[in-house]
Amino acid sequence: MTRVSLAETCVVACAEAWRGDGEILASPIGLIPTLGSRLAALTFEPDLVYTDGDAFQLAAPQASDASSDASKAIEAWMPFAKMFDVVWAGKRHVMMGATQVDRFGNQNIACIGPWAKPKAQLLGVRGAPGNTVNHTTSYFIPQHSARVFVEAVDCVSGVGYDRVALAGPAAGKFHEIRCVVTNLAVLDFETPDHSMRIRSLHPGVTADAVQAATGFPLIVPPDVIETRAPTDEDLRLVRELLDPKSLRDAELGT
Amino acid sequence: MTDKRLTEEDVVAELRDGMTIGIGGWGSRRKPMSIVRAILRSDLKDLTIVSYGGPDVGMLCATGKARKVVYGFVSLDTIPLEPHFRAARQNGTIEAMELDEGMLQLGLRAAAWRVSFLPCRAGLGSAIMENNPSIKTVTSPYDGEELVAMPALPLDAALLHANRADARGDAQYLGPDWYFDDLFAMAAQRTFVSCERVVEPAGFASEGAPETIRISRLWTDGVVEAPFGAHFTHCVPDYGRDEALQREYAATAKDADAWESFRTKWIDVPEPEYRRLAEASLSGAAA
Repeated sequence: MTRVSLAETCVVACAEAWRGDGEILASPIGLIPTLGSRLAALTFEPDLVYTDGDAFQLAAPQASDASSDASKAIEAWMPFAKMFDVVWAGKRHVMMGATQVDRFGNQNIACIGPWAKPKAQLLGVRGAPGNTVNHTTSYFIPQHSARVFVEAVDCVSGVGYDRVALAGPAAGKFHEIRCVVTNLAVLDFETPDHSMRIRSLHPGVTADAVQAATGFPLIVPPDVIETRAPTDEDLRLVRELLDPKSLRDAELGT
Repeated sequence: MTDKRLTEEDVVAELRDGMTIGIGGWGSRRKPMSIVRAILRSDLKDLTIVSYGGPDVGMLCATGKARKVVYGFVSLDTIPLEPHFRAARQNGTIEAMELDEGMLQLGLRAAAWRVSFLPCRAGLGSAIMENNPSIKTVTSPYDGEELVAMPALPLDAALLHANRADARGDAQYLGPDWYFDDLFAMAAQRTFVSCERVVEPAGFASEGAPETIRISRLWTDGVVEAPFGAHFTHCVPDYGRDEALQREYAATAKDADAWESFRTKWIDVPEPEYRRLAEASLSGAAA
């Protein structure tokens, strides 16, 4: 196989987020998380459930360049009303984006500046509050920078570990922010106070470089490992089946 | 047998200043745009809009019709951020109640079931609780859990767009998702459904299976036959989204002159003229 691209490293890192999840709905937002969820389903998590992002659960993945009217292998109907049933029953692991994320995993997609009169109105909180207190959540950040990794987010959309602790037992009962995959590293919250640490570094990236691109102090374990490299089978599936037109590179701005 | 057929102007005549109006569809999908346009052309003001928002919300903000918007998001789908809504938020010209998407659904359900709230976990710990001090928590009498008490969101009126309807107000949805149109209808005092075509009740069967007739006339008060009534949002399988016109609309948020000419061409026109323009635009024959 030829040299592994950064996008391919990220796809595998995203796939790993769903390891161990079994028969739950994998809901990726964005192309690289989508490729990751499909790769997980095709390799080590064969019971993962996924949809076309619209109203149908699929029995087999579509290529990233499939047109909207291409035929689909539909195995179940899942309109938005059903989606909330899945979310509130906890049978889901979502990987969302984030305009901002802080050291305890609070995420903002709603607005920049004060909520009452924002400097920039973004999406609104969408499903992030409900997702984070009902089932496992991860984040994908295509460009790791101190503008995204901030000391405090402007509007808590997805709820992090510190806020969930303050909100009481009902908030924490099903809460898990599993990991944050970026173009530099994989981060998680497996520390005594659930503050963010480096879980693995992508090839060629140093812990110092990740810290320099982060607006708060990260926990750096002494034995930080390298992000798992794609297997030959991973690369074949991504390059030939899931993303033959290599749309994945554009998501990283490379 | 009650014939509920109305025009868009008849629907507007049933609405009042200050009303809370729910709008069906989702983002830039199957929005009752012909009724929204009739509101834009009217003297109505101070409206509270409840919506999984798209260009319906954007246009009602841009024209000053919306005083308050209750939403989980406002998006044009292929253009993620709705520019007219953004401008209204950033300029502080509207009041906002921003909710988790599921909480919005639950508020409509509470109104439909005529209870003052329904409990949920969604919202706990998030900024929603700080930004909306009117939303309280409730302690379960069964296990002591403190949950969000999502308040009912009762609507004075709901506006929906279906693929087909009969004159008595049964509505048929032929696309893959009817979103929360049924909940909007049930949460409202009065519901007005526009549709691509009015059919005889016996005509539903040739359009789709019985389970596509999602809304019963129990919940509807008026039916508007509005071909291309959701345009430029999509109304599958009748037509897809008019992406070119949506892009033109989005670009008008930063250009007052462009907005005025968009308004002249695409809002301040009689519906028969609009339908001709929409059909031509969808087929790519007109700019």
